[in-house]
Amino acid sequence: MNDLYQEIILDHARAPHHAGLREPYDAQAHQVNPTCGDEVTLRIAVTRDAAGEVTIADVSYDAVGCSISQASISVMTDLLIGQTLGHSQALHEAFEAMVKSKGEDAGDEELLGDAVAFAGVSQYANRVKCALLGWKAFQQATAEAVATDAQIGENGIHE
Amino acid sequence: MTQSAAAVAALDTTPIRADFPVLERTVRGGRPLVYLDSGATSQRPACVIDAEQEFVTDHYAAVGRSSHQLATEADGYYEAARARIATFVGAHRTEEIVFTAGATAALNTVAYAFGNAGFAGAEAARFRLGPDDDIVVTEMEHHANLVPWQQLALRTGATLKYVPLGDDYRLDLAALDEIVTPRAKVVAFTAESNVLGTIPPIGELTAAAHRVGALVVLDACQSVPHRATDFAGLDVDFAAFSGHKMLGPTGVGVLYGKYDLLAALPPFLTGGSMIEEVHMDHSTFMPPPARFEAGTPPVTQAIGLGAAVDYLTDLGMDAVAHHERELAGLAIERLSAIDGVTVFGPGDMVDRGPAVAFLVDGVHPHDVGQILDDAGVAVRTGHHCAWPLHRRYGVAASTRATFGVYSTADEVAALVDGVISAQKFFGER
Repeated sequence: MNDLYQEIILDHARAPHHAGLREPYDAQAHQVNPTCGDEVTLRIAVTRDAAGEVTIADVSYDAVGCSISQASISVMTDLLIGQTLGHSQALHEAFEAMVKSKGEDAGDEELLGDAVAFAGVSQYANRVKCALLGWKAFQQATAEAVATDAQIGENGIHE
Repeated sequence: MTQSAAAVAALDTTPIRADFPVLERTVRGGRPLVYLDSGATSQRPACVIDAEQEFVTDHYAAVGRSSHQLATEADGYYEAARARIATFVGAHRTEEIVFTAGATAALNTVAYAFGNAGFAGAEAARFRLGPDDDIVVTEMEHHANLVPWQQLALRTGATLKYVPLGDDYRLDLAALDEIVTPRAKVVAFTAESNVLGTIPPIGELTAAAHRVGALVVLDACQSVPHRATDFAGLDVDFAAFSGHKMLGPTGVGVLYGKYDLLAALPPFLTGGSMIEEVHMDHSTFMPPPARFEAGTPPVTQAIGLGAAVDYLTDLGMDAVAHHERELAGLAIERLSAIDGVTVFGPGDMVDRGPAVAFLVDGVHPHDVGQILDDAGVAVRTGHHCAWPLHRRYGVAASTRATFGVYSTADEVAALVDGVISAQKFFGER
C-alpha cells in the first residue's frame, strides 16, 4: 500500500501546489473520470519568445478527486510551469509510459523528479486514469492553445 | 409461503458460503476475500455454474426452431427456467417473462418500443409519445433507468420530469400530483436505490401513475435479489431485473410485462425467432415473449438463472431479506458510530434495502476503497451509475458496501476496521 501512496503523494494531496483557477490564460480544458466523477478544470497560459519557442507560463486548476488524481495534478504543475512546450510533451510521454508500465518502468528521476513517486500506480490498473486525469486536461488545453498559437504575440499574448 | 419467524432468523452462512467456490480464494497477499460488492454483481453458487456446464455439455442446441432431440431438450430447459422465474417474481403467466441480455437491455426494450409505437398499428396507440406527453422518472435512478428515457424524450418530443429526492434521502412526494399529471404516459422508477438503499412507496407511485392513465416501469434490479417479489400484486406494468445480481450469470436479464401490454407493445429488436410471417415488403410478429427475443437468446445463461432462482427459493426470500437487512442495519450502526463517517442514505432500516453507501470526511472514496482492498475487502467506489443522485447531495462519489446471502457479521466488522484504517492512513500521518 505504501508503494502506491508514497509520502510525497500524500503531501501533495493534502496541500496541492498551484491550485485554483487564475487569469490570464490562453486555453482551458475540462476532463472527467466517468466511472468515479472526478473532475478537473485546467487553464494554461503560454508565452512565445522571439525565436518562436512556446513556454508554459502558468498552469492553474480546480479539481475534485482522489488523492492520486489530486497529487498527480499538483506534481504536474510543479514539473510543467516554466518549461517549453516541447519539453512538456516529453514529460507527459515519460509519465504516461511509467504509470502504464505495469511495474516495468520505475521512471527517470532526472526527467520526472517527484513524479516518479507515481510509479507504484502502474501496479493498480484502475488507478492509472486517476494519475492521468490532469495530464489529459493539460494535453487538451495545450492542443487548444497551439491551435490559437497565431494569436500569441512575440512577447506573449499578455504583453 | 411466508417463512416462520424461527426459520427467518436461521440463514446459516457456513453451508451457504461452502456453496460459493470463489469465497475459498484469497486476495492481496493471502487475505480472505470479504466480498461486499454484491449490489454490483453477485457471486455464483456451484449449482448455477454446474447448471450452465451441464446444459452445454449434454443438452446444448438452438431453442425455438428445431425438432431434433437436443433442440427439444434445450427448449425444455429454457422454458422451464422461464416458468420458475415467472413463479419467483409473481407473474400471472409464464409468457410475461422475456429474456433479455440484461436489465439495461430490458429497460431499453421498453423505451425503444414506446418510440416505435409511432409507426405501429392501432393496438400500440397507448404507447405513442409526442410533445404533449410527459415521461416521469425519479432523481434516484440508476443511469440505466434514466438515460433511455432521456433519449426517448429526445426522439419523441416528450418532456422528461422527475420526482425529486428530499434531504431525508427519500423521494419528496409533496408535489407528486403536479409531476404525475394526465400528461404522463410512463412513470419509471427504481424499486430500491442502488446507492441510498431507499425503497420508495411503490404502491403509492403506481397508483398515482395509474390514476392518470400512465404506465409503470419498475427497475427491480436491487429488489428481486434481496426480497420476495410479486409484480402482479404490485400492479406494475413492466419491470426489469438482471441475472448477475441474483446469483445468476451475466448476459441475461428479464423484462416482465403484463401480458396484454406486451402483446400490444411494438418490438424493439427485430429478426429471427420473433416473426410470425415474413414477406419481402413486410412482416408480422409473434406474441410475447418471442416477440421480444429476436435472434439466439442467452439460453445457457437463462438456464443458469433458473438454477439461481431455485437456490434462492430453497433459502427462502424472506430469510434472505431478513439476513441482509440485519447485516445492513449492523453496518449502518457501526459505521455511523465512527467519528467522521456519515452513512449516505436513511439511517435506519425503515423502507430501506441492504445497500449501505457512506462518506469518510477528508478521504476520497477511491482512497477508502484502496485501503479496504488492501485488507481484502471489496467495495464499490464512485457514483455507482447514479450521478444525478450524488449531485443532488453535493457529493462527487461515495463508498458502498452491499450484501448477499453469503455475507456475514464478521465481514461487516472487517469493513468497519478497514474504514478506520483508511482514516488513520490518510489522517494522522
